[in-house]
Amino acid sequence: MTAAGTPRYDCIVVGGGHNGLVCAAYLARGGRSVLVLEAAGQVGGAAVTREFAPGFQVSACAHLLHLMPGALMRELGLSAQGLKLAAQHLPTTALSGDGAHLSLAPAGLAQRLPADAVAYGEWQALGQRLAAALHPVLTDAPPRLGTGSWRARASLLRLGWRIRRLGRCDMRELLRIGGMNVQDLLDERFESPLLKGALAVDAVLGTNLGPRSPGTVLTLLYRMAAAGGAEALAQPAGGLGALSTALAGAATAAGAQIRTQAPVARILVSADRASGVVLASGEEIAADVVVSSADPKTTFLGLLGSEHLDAGFTRRVAQLRTGGLAAKLHLALERLPQFPDLDRQALRGRLLIAPSPQYIERAFNHAKYGEFSAAPMLEITVPTLADPTLAPPGKHVLSAIVQYAPYSLRSGWQAQRQSFTDLAIDTIGAFAPDLRDCLHSAQLLTPPDIEREFRIAGGHWHHAELALDQFFLVRPVPGAAQYQGPVAGLYLCGAGCHPGGGVMGVAGRNAARQVLREAA
Amino acid sequence: MRGGRAAGVRLAGGEEIKARVVVSNLDVRRTFLETVAPKHLPPEFLAQVRRFKIRGSSGKLNIALDGLPHFPAIPHGSPCTRGDMHVTDTIDMLERAYDDWKEGRWSRAPYIDMLIPSQIDPTMAPNGKHYMSVFVQYCPYKLADGEWTPQKRQAFGDTVIDTIARHSPDFKDLILHAEIRTPHEIEAEVGLTEGNIFQGELTFDQLLFNRPIPGYAQYRAPVRGMYMCGASTHPGGGVMGAPGANAASAILRDLRLAQST
Repeated sequence: MTAAGTPRYDCIVVGGGHNGLVCAAYLARGGRSVLVLEAAGQVGGAAVTREFAPGFQVSACAHLLHLMPGALMRELGLSAQGLKLAAQHLPTTALSGDGAHLSLAPAGLAQRLPADAVAYGEWQALGQRLAAALHPVLTDAPPRLGTGSWRARASLLRLGWRIRRLGRCDMRELLRIGGMNVQDLLDERFESPLLKGALAVDAVLGTNLGPRSPGTVLTLLYRMAAAGGAEALAQPAGGLGALSTALAGAATAAGAQIRTQAPVARILVSADRASGVVLASGEEIAADVVVSSADPKTTFLGLLGSEHLDAGFTRRVAQLRTGGLAAKLHLALERLPQFPDLDRQALRGRLLIAPSPQYIERAFNHAKYGEFSAAPMLEITVPTLADPTLAPPGKHVLSAIVQYAPYSLRSGWQAQRQSFTDLAIDTIGAFAPDLRDCLHSAQLLTPPDIEREFRIAGGHWHHAELALDQFFLVRPVPGAAQYQGPVAGLYLCGAGCHPGGGVMGVAGRNAARQVLREAA
Repeated sequence: MRGGRAAGVRLAGGEEIKARVVVSNLDVRRTFLETVAPKHLPPEFLAQVRRFKIRGSSGKLNIALDGLPHFPAIPHGSPCTRGDMHVTDTIDMLERAYDDWKEGRWSRAPYIDMLIPSQIDPTMAPNGKHYMSVFVQYCPYKLADGEWTPQKRQAFGDTVIDTIARHSPDFKDLILHAEIRTPHEIEAEVGLTEGNIFQGELTFDQLLFNRPIPGYAQYRAPVRGMYMCGASTHPGGGVMGAPGANAASAILRDLRLAQST
């Protein structure tokens, strides 16, 4: 029952992460009254900027912006909301143990590896053609099979037509490589282990997969398709938190209300449909539609409760693979460490420590058995080079994604936290000998930390593993792939939905469109 | 080749045999890289043939036994020893066995699939003795530490025998002879490239409409009058016979069409 006088909303959005905010903005623009409820003291979810050492700030989970469609950012007017990019078109450099680092920019490649540069150009061109054909798949709700709905049929036909229109050669190549592992694909096309390692990173970053795992060409194509609709690799001024602030501004400007420090305890159900939420404080808020940006396990098993679900659906949700594999390392640095063989321009960009696919595969081997990688793979940025406001004058921040760090570490993270932190620092230190001398302090976020601090069950940045059985038509689970679960009036809009995570916002926009279409 | 179409074959001995149709049961790489001159084939097709993956991954031991080995875990008189026996302790064990293959070495704790068929068919061994067939994964064609040698082959065999002996204490004492087959011997003796028992890996990029080559999955070679019928073609290997039957249907259909025109 709703207390008298409490306003009733058309839509409540549970969670103020970037997908929740995008969803709220589109719902509000669609004329709905919207309330966003965020548990933390600031909006943004895993796209936030936080102080991790006195005076040092960092993008706490995601640290680069490269997947959010330009059209989405323009539609929501994010630059009018104050979003500025500190750097764009960031270069990617593959670090090599012998100091012969490799820039993935065409000029750098052509000079170092003439044959691979040609092959890389061909692969990029093919990838862009495939990405262009596949990108529309990302930007709409997946069709629901076996329903006979004309929408689903038309959607499948459109997909088939787009693939056919690629022409015979590209279509056959897509159907051949789509189910391959990325190592076999890279071995077919390239010679240089360093180049292959760097390309394999994009296929496995944020996943529970190694380069030889099936489906890793799919994850690579997925990333290329997402990136194909986005502006180039960029770093927002003020970190990813600034993006969330702009998204919140866009949502508010469209009429949505946002409450922080308002954790939702339960989703209310009456007469078999979602009717609102109860906050942890006990306050009840009524709404016609509840949209959850929380992960599917938290949403269905935690906030809703399996008493409202049938056993088969509950089991599918419970069995979702949600264990995260990526840790985040933040270093507060008294001064900029010297990377002897790296120029300043490269250092501003994205640095990869993944000297070969074999290196990544070996790193992944440990994760399979509940161990952390003995020689981890890293994606590193030094955001203070483009945006000095993140640290006190003259000081710097280093932000790195470190794989693999399995959620369920056999020996327990409590005991292993320091040794993994040291290992990650020393892995970077191999390329910057004075790193330890520059170090003010370090922070490591393991998947259990990410689970606790960002309320993502399993601490997986895609909320649920991006694998064929949890993809597209069946993401997160069969029966909930169209942003709606089995309970009427309850929708999902987070990374656990199609097309998945990364700071893309497309799940939020797709979900809003679905709500506006269905819940008229 | 005659007039742009297959016209027969020449044996290694030089003998030529003419035919309207030539059907190759060899794997796709041997067929098009070794029996047909490249000038008769489209270059894109040849490039795809060259990258067809036929990596060797399994070995075989054929063991002559002085008697039936005792497996303490299997009750005396149980029919279990007459069937397929696996050494597959855990999923992790299989995964680690594969990790070894990825690093170019045979599995230190291999996955084993073994049979003692002489229990059912006594003609396979002298009276009172037995024959044991042991399929082993993983065993790479190329080793990371150099070529295969007789010493390495023996060490591979010993790894397998030690693994079986863990489950059968008297097994080693009963061995009269063990024939150890790495992918190299399988290739040399049977003609299977890299000793791959499926004439090509059964991965999605080489299955269904992709097998063996996208655009050539209908048993017809890019040369008129030439066909493929081996395990390299759909639906693949194992003692199934389906590729042969499917190929025969395709050939008969083409021949009927040719007759009716």
